[in-house]
Amino acid sequence: MTIATLTKPWEAMSYGFLDASAKRELRRKMLKAIAVPGCQMPYASREVPMARGWGTGGLQVTLTLLRPSSVVKVIDQGADDSVNAASIRSFLSKVSGARETWDTLEATILQSRHRIPEERLRADQVLVLQVPNPEPLRPVEPNMSVARQMHADADYGRLWLILYEQIVRSGRVMQGAAYPSLVNGRHVMTPSPIPRWDVPKLHMAQHLTFLSAGREKRLYAVPPFTRVEPLVFSDVPFQVEDHAALTCHRSGLTGYFMNEIPQGDGGSQFELSDSNLGIKAIRQAEGADARIGPTWYENGKTS
Amino acid sequence: MTLAQHSLALRAPQLMTTPPLLTMTGVSRRYGDVVALRDVSATVYPGEVLGIVGESGSGKSTLLRMMNLEDTPDAGDYRLALPDLPGNLFDLDRFARRMLCATRIGIVYQNPHLGLLMKHTSSGNVAERLLIAGERSFAALRGRAREALDASEFPLDRMDARPIELSGGMQQRVQLAKAIALEPVLLLLDEPTTGLDVSVQALVLDTLKRLQRDRAITMVIVSHDLGVIRTMADRVMVMRRGRVVEQGLADQIFQDPQHDYTQQLVHAKL
Ligand SMILES: Nc1ncnc2c1ncn2[C@@H]1O[C@H](COP(=O)(O)OP(=O)(O)OP(=O)(O)O)[C@@H](O)[C@H]1O
Ligand SMILES: [Mg+2]
Repeated sequence: MTIATLTKPWEAMSYGFLDASAKRELRRKMLKAIAVPGCQMPYASREVPMARGWGTGGLQVTLTLLRPSSVVKVIDQGADDSVNAASIRSFLSKVSGARETWDTLEATILQSRHRIPEERLRADQVLVLQVPNPEPLRPVEPNMSVARQMHADADYGRLWLILYEQIVRSGRVMQGAAYPSLVNGRHVMTPSPIPRWDVPKLHMAQHLTFLSAGREKRLYAVPPFTRVEPLVFSDVPFQVEDHAALTCHRSGLTGYFMNEIPQGDGGSQFELSDSNLGIKAIRQAEGADARIGPTWYENGKTS
Repeated sequence: MTLAQHSLALRAPQLMTTPPLLTMTGVSRRYGDVVALRDVSATVYPGEVLGIVGESGSGKSTLLRMMNLEDTPDAGDYRLALPDLPGNLFDLDRFARRMLCATRIGIVYQNPHLGLLMKHTSSGNVAERLLIAGERSFAALRGRAREALDASEFPLDRMDARPIELSGGMQQRVQLAKAIALEPVLLLLDEPTTGLDVSVQALVLDTLKRLQRDRAITMVIVSHDLGVIRTMADRVMVMRRGRVVEQGLADQIFQDPQHDYTQQLVHAKL
């Protein structure tokens, strides 16, 4: 006798892993989040077969959005082939029947940790960003109920205080990832730990973005065509990372966000962070049929 | 002497003919069984310094917190003669209170931990005030923070040190700079020199006096120390167990105290 003869064959308890009531609650909060752009909505974060801190917030939003005709892309720091991205993608496809892809142009739902792809997203695509810490006021206000009151009052002066002290101390703004940004002129959000390079991509974008933190049980959204303005001083302009002139040593592309790869001789080489863009460029060069869509940056400048 | 000449001679001093800047009427506040304020009324005229004395627990700090709109009394009315602020200020919502406190009222607390962000720099503490009022130019923030610290006679080479690293007197000067940065109409001082040694205390009082002279800021100063009140105040209010037991011109109170408690206080001092 084997276990198999004693048990029923595996079958899903519910479509898309989460049960219907969990999805209903999430959808309500997602609609609310769209209605008040950038405002954090608390939700009942469910258990998913993954540890908190590995993208459970993004996963729950994606699970709620998926349908069998969806095409899903998952990236971790720009790469489709990292272990975490690959397991999330195959889990999503297994529980929903959605097709997996690495191609930004083909995807209908993109879940990402730490990057926004370089190719422009369209109105028919949804971006889901995994957020470790959704509260931009945490560095200035450890008490979260006070922080909520500060959001209600749009009391954001202390966020500029952080920038002020960075400039006083270092001569420039040191905030790298998770640059606090004002959404729709009202709520300041953390755009998840994307680099400064990616923040302008959220401004007046055609696509819908959800940002979701599973451990902190908060989600928020940037609807299409919404203003997303990084906090700046009137006399100190916002600057993205200095990557415009760097060239990818594998694909030969220039003017995109790069990963730095230290070399044995003490120097460094650069490689496209958006790995699928690099792959498509290499395949194009080899004469294969790979289409690269319009990109947010052209020649290192936002277009 | 004719009657006309008489009334001329008895005309109220200029100060009294202008309407008061601050009017508080019938303010009461209890915390559980403790009655911290009992039907307290106060008026402060523009450019005047009102001193509040009284024993520990008499409600001085509570009254100052009311004036700074940090707390709401059980009953009472509070008005500031500002063109855009008619009505009882206790009726304002939290948001309006915050804007009013930040832009029109400055406060220096006895305990610098209440008034300062200890993790931030001193100049940043002053800049925060300006940020609340909407200043978004780095150069202007820096310049105006420097000006306010300079006016408080804070050593400018320490302006980017954190208050936690500074001496008590310097911390009070940072609080003062923060309080005056937006040129408030009302400056509230809760025991600003208590806990400082006598020579530092004298220096801080000098700064306060100079500010008062140069800018004609209206001040309310609370102190245990009759010496401090005597050097600073034009008028004095004596509190005991949540009540105002006596008030009058400073000289009058010190020369000729009427209430038993005030007599004890003045004699104990002399
Ligand atoms: N938030 C509060 N909760 C409970 N009781 C309070 C509160 N604030 C003040 N009290 C009480 O009200 C009374 C007046 O306190 P207050 O701090 O105003 O006195 P004070 O005159 O400033 O004294 P001191 O000279 O010691 O600073 C005290 O009995 C105090 O315990
Ligand atoms: Mg007190």
